[in-house]
Amino acid sequence: MIKDTAKKIYIILIIIFMYAPIATLVALSFNASKTRSKWGGFTFKWYRELMANEEILQALMNTLLIAFAASIIATIIGTAACISIMGLNRKSRAIILGITNIPMLNADIVTGISLMLLFISLGIKFGTGTILLSHITFCIPYVILSVMPRMQRLNPYIYEAALDLGAGPVYGFSKVVFPEILPGILSGFLMAFTMSLDDFIITHFTKGAGVDTLSTKIYTEVKKGIKPEMYALSTLIFITVLVLLFLVNKAPLDKKEQAK
Amino acid sequence: MKRKFCFLLILSIAFPYLTGCGNSQTGKNGQVVVYNWGEYIDPDVLDLFQEETGIQVVYDEFETNEAMYAKVEAGAVAYDVICPSDYMVQKMIENNLLAEINFGHIPNIENIGQEYLAQCRQFDSENKYAVPYCFGTVGILYNTTMVEEPVDSWALLWDEKYNDNILMQDSVRDAFMVALKLKGCSMNTLNREELETAKEDLIAQKPLVQAYVVDQVRDKMIGGEAAMGVIYSGEVLYTQRENENLAYVIPKEGTNVWIDAWVIPKNAPNRENAETFINYMCREDIALLNFEYITYATPNTAARALIEEEEIRNSPILFPDLGQYGNLETFQYLGAEGDALYNNLWKEVKSE
Repeated sequence: MIKDTAKKIYIILIIIFMYAPIATLVALSFNASKTRSKWGGFTFKWYRELMANEEILQALMNTLLIAFAASIIATIIGTAACISIMGLNRKSRAIILGITNIPMLNADIVTGISLMLLFISLGIKFGTGTILLSHITFCIPYVILSVMPRMQRLNPYIYEAALDLGAGPVYGFSKVVFPEILPGILSGFLMAFTMSLDDFIITHFTKGAGVDTLSTKIYTEVKKGIKPEMYALSTLIFITVLVLLFLVNKAPLDKKEQAK
Repeated sequence: MKRKFCFLLILSIAFPYLTGCGNSQTGKNGQVVVYNWGEYIDPDVLDLFQEETGIQVVYDEFETNEAMYAKVEAGAVAYDVICPSDYMVQKMIENNLLAEINFGHIPNIENIGQEYLAQCRQFDSENKYAVPYCFGTVGILYNTTMVEEPVDSWALLWDEKYNDNILMQDSVRDAFMVALKLKGCSMNTLNREELETAKEDLIAQKPLVQAYVVDQVRDKMIGGEAAMGVIYSGEVLYTQRENENLAYVIPKEGTNVWIDAWVIPKNAPNRENAETFINYMCREDIALLNFEYITYATPNTAARALIEEEEIRNSPILFPDLGQYGNLETFQYLGAEGDALYNNLWKEVKSE
């Protein structure tokens, strides 16, 4: 009995730790007063101003576009890389995997500055393109990291059997290998997407004039204090993610129940 | 088939970004690339500028002088106009990053008060490189319900009565400014003895300090969480609007007058447009719009005369009579060694 209550209290404490900051943010986004230390009454003002603020909406668009494009391209390149890594012998495979792991362990600021210097020396014009290129670069290792284990667990004889039964390499891959590694690809894609979404430091060094993602946009507001519109936007993003997670987790359950 | 289609779709979305074709349209008179602090201009002003001059503005923002410097020095993006603070302007001049401004193209410089240009000479010795945009002072913001005696000296920040009720700035130069000014030294000093004394004073003050903060001074003072704090004058109007018990004072020992100014970097591709832009910013009605948006004091005397509310126009907080104090200074760039000296002493203070 005591053990049960202790368990419950423990869980509640953890949830408070994790969600208290977000709850504060949500509450402040409805605060009519600009300062956090005074409650000026309940308002939707910041949400209305957010919808009218073109700069923030543009930054949101940029962020989503870059995150989608970067994670899709990184997923394609990363998966292709995994297929060819599987074809290597044990020793070179270890070396290649080591090399792809380095960018993940590297500090973001080092990656950011070195990418900036690379783009300067190549004479590439800084803009959305450079951000996209750098995001693809740092997303690829995460895709490889999550696809590779699936690949290794794959039984190579199934693919060979498919070829023996008359399937071409592409057909064989898409019918036999692809469905097997799909969960790895999806989780790699999601990981790349979230990494791209909340990256600040690499974007900061590789962005051009007049292009902002949400993270760089929020950061520039530091000098004058972050505007409550940002609280409103963060609340909306949080709710969207919450709903999505809810749907994703609920869908398989429904199927199982139907099967019963 | 479906997947092929998806792939083509993605490529077609990504292609313009990769090649940079997407944002190549410019105004009929070219463009000007502006690098300014975040939230440091009225967005309407940019639209007005584009309409009136036909010059397209590419607008970019930074959050600290140092981050700005790193990008400009690397030359990642060629900016036309930048708005650094005082000491950073000096650093950029010394490192040969700035171009002299052709003041023949900036007739509106007349609107800028002489005392502010004089203050600029502390970092731009001949007024050749910088046009002041915003300025302010640093002083003590205090809560009149919690502090009884008259406030007029930095010494109050060492008063044991206010134990755990004092907010200090968490940045090396601002903190040392307070300690150095208290002893009547220059805040740009490189004299070891003076700095050691300042360090000892800051260490002695440490037990009394509630927190070393940057912008939280604002919220903490509004919420009545501390009796007094060191603050930039630009924040004062806003805090007073939220909490009427707050008062601001420039201590009699003098303080820091900070100035953010427009400069043109050497590698600016559109120098004439840059000068047109700076001139436009100095026009009184435009400066007024910016003042109302930013609420930091403007050195544009013509714009100040246009402010409708007398209370603000003649506010001694926003527009102190600089001539009245003999000991106002502006931060100077101390060189790499000077910076290292200050940083080491500050580390000793913080780790004590």
